[in-house]
Amino acid sequence: MRRWLAALFLMALPAEAAEEVVADLSQSRVGINATFNGSEILVFGAVRRNYPVSPAGELGVVITVAGPSTPVVVRKKDRTAGIWVNTEAVEVDRAPSFYQIVTTGPLNELVSATEDLRHGITIDRAIRSVGAPVTVGNAADFTEALIRIRTNDGAYAVQEGGVTIQKDTLFRANVALPANLTEGNYTTRIFLTRNGDVVSRHTTTIHVSKVGLERFLHALAHESPLIYGLLSLAIAIAAGWGASTVFRYIRG
Amino acid sequence: MQFYLPIAEVSVNAFVLLGIGGLVGILSGMFGVGGGFLITPLLFFVGIPPAVAVATSANQIVASSISGVLAHLRRKTVDIRMGLVLLAGGLIGAALGVWVFNILRQLGQVDLLVTLCYVVFLGIIGALMFVESLRALRRTRGGALPPRRKHNWVHNLPFKMKFRTSGLYISVIPPVMVGLCVGVLAAVMGVGGGFIMVPAMIYLLGMPTKVVIGTSLLQIIFVTAFTTLLHATTNQTVDMVLAVLLLVGGVVGAQFGTRLGTMLKAEQLRIALAALVLLVCGKLALDLLLQPSELYSLTPLRPV
Repeated sequence: MRRWLAALFLMALPAEAAEEVVADLSQSRVGINATFNGSEILVFGAVRRNYPVSPAGELGVVITVAGPSTPVVVRKKDRTAGIWVNTEAVEVDRAPSFYQIVTTGPLNELVSATEDLRHGITIDRAIRSVGAPVTVGNAADFTEALIRIRTNDGAYAVQEGGVTIQKDTLFRANVALPANLTEGNYTTRIFLTRNGDVVSRHTTTIHVSKVGLERFLHALAHESPLIYGLLSLAIAIAAGWGASTVFRYIRG
Repeated sequence: MQFYLPIAEVSVNAFVLLGIGGLVGILSGMFGVGGGFLITPLLFFVGIPPAVAVATSANQIVASSISGVLAHLRRKTVDIRMGLVLLAGGLIGAALGVWVFNILRQLGQVDLLVTLCYVVFLGIIGALMFVESLRALRRTRGGALPPRRKHNWVHNLPFKMKFRTSGLYISVIPPVMVGLCVGVLAAVMGVGGGFIMVPAMIYLLGMPTKVVIGTSLLQIIFVTAFTTLLHATTNQTVDMVLAVLLLVGGVVGAQFGTRLGTMLKAEQLRIALAALVLLVCGKLALDLLLQPSELYSLTPLRPV
């Protein structure tokens, strides 16, 4: 595969004086079946350029994988009359369920603040919060808490140095998808940076969907909930009766 | 062995779920409680989202209760007539409870109120049962006969009915009221309500302990079946794979539990249930009183 990529690089036609990133994934579809226990995706690619000498600055690669975004309500507990109760709440408009950053080196050296703002690379930028109510003085604490909780769960992570780069041209990285993956499209972005500037980017998608029994049950539960509910009850009744009969048989 | 749950969208160890189901099944068969007050917190602990945990445990309780009730039916320790009277109240109560639950959800403090409900009810019932059964245990040790049941206000109400299995001739109003209260709590707290009904039947209605368990299970089957259907149709939070894993453990456990229950004395059974109720109550109370390690909590909304 690497040889093939090298050939691809050599064949690259000179078009303009710029570097371009060419990349692909080891799999663009992830099927969640009953025994799904996480998956590992290999992101690999090459830098295509039409001049022999590298430009100034060190080459950097930043890979981000983002799960589907949803609004999230962040609640804060406070002590009221001796017990801990949810008092304040802030709705974060958009937060990805999963966000991983894999880079060749320290992220703040590879991407400048302006580029980060433009492309939304760091976790802080990937989350959008605008609708904080006026009554909540420190809305930033809520966004921070969201990042902290998801980082502790392993959903958000930064892996600096996780991308290996060879001869300033070929790169590869492993992204681990956890077992508690949600369905949806996982946007994968690959940024090529020099001196803190993004010189090229490539976007691709990993489609995560349930397959087999998991898919059937999920669809049934949402499309014909009454049948699903009755089926659940039927299973419960059959199991209860079955166990009773079996045990009576064993004892008898 | 890891299993990915289609509705909960998490991957969990199948043996852990079988174990939880088995444990709760044993308790269900022994005490006539559905075990909802125990299974739901245990599922939170293994990482199942609360909404799915509440809905699915209702489904699992149906299975273990059926398994238990069949065992009791063969032993003729089910007062079917009493069960039906309780059920009539229970279904009205459940409908009422769903209505209350929706109001609470709009106020945004449903978690707190559910926890407070648990602490208050488990605390009161646990403490009362504990004290009473300790006293009863001491009496039997002393060799004295337990005092005859006194006639209280319960016995002076109209619409009297004969409950032969329980050996009672009382008004239908108290059982209907008990069923109604349990129905409300079942819908609000997401449990079968056995832990409230069992003491109410013993102390309020004066039913014999042996009959109470089977009768309570009979009523629980219908209330939890109703709750399961309600959750499945309104929130789509019943996870069938999770339910199957729990109920395989549960039905087997319930059979063992029923056997264990017959080996123990009524007083011992009651004291054990009281201790268990108090334990869960204490744990929930501590959660409310101690400072949590993480002050913030996340609730992802559905994408718009």
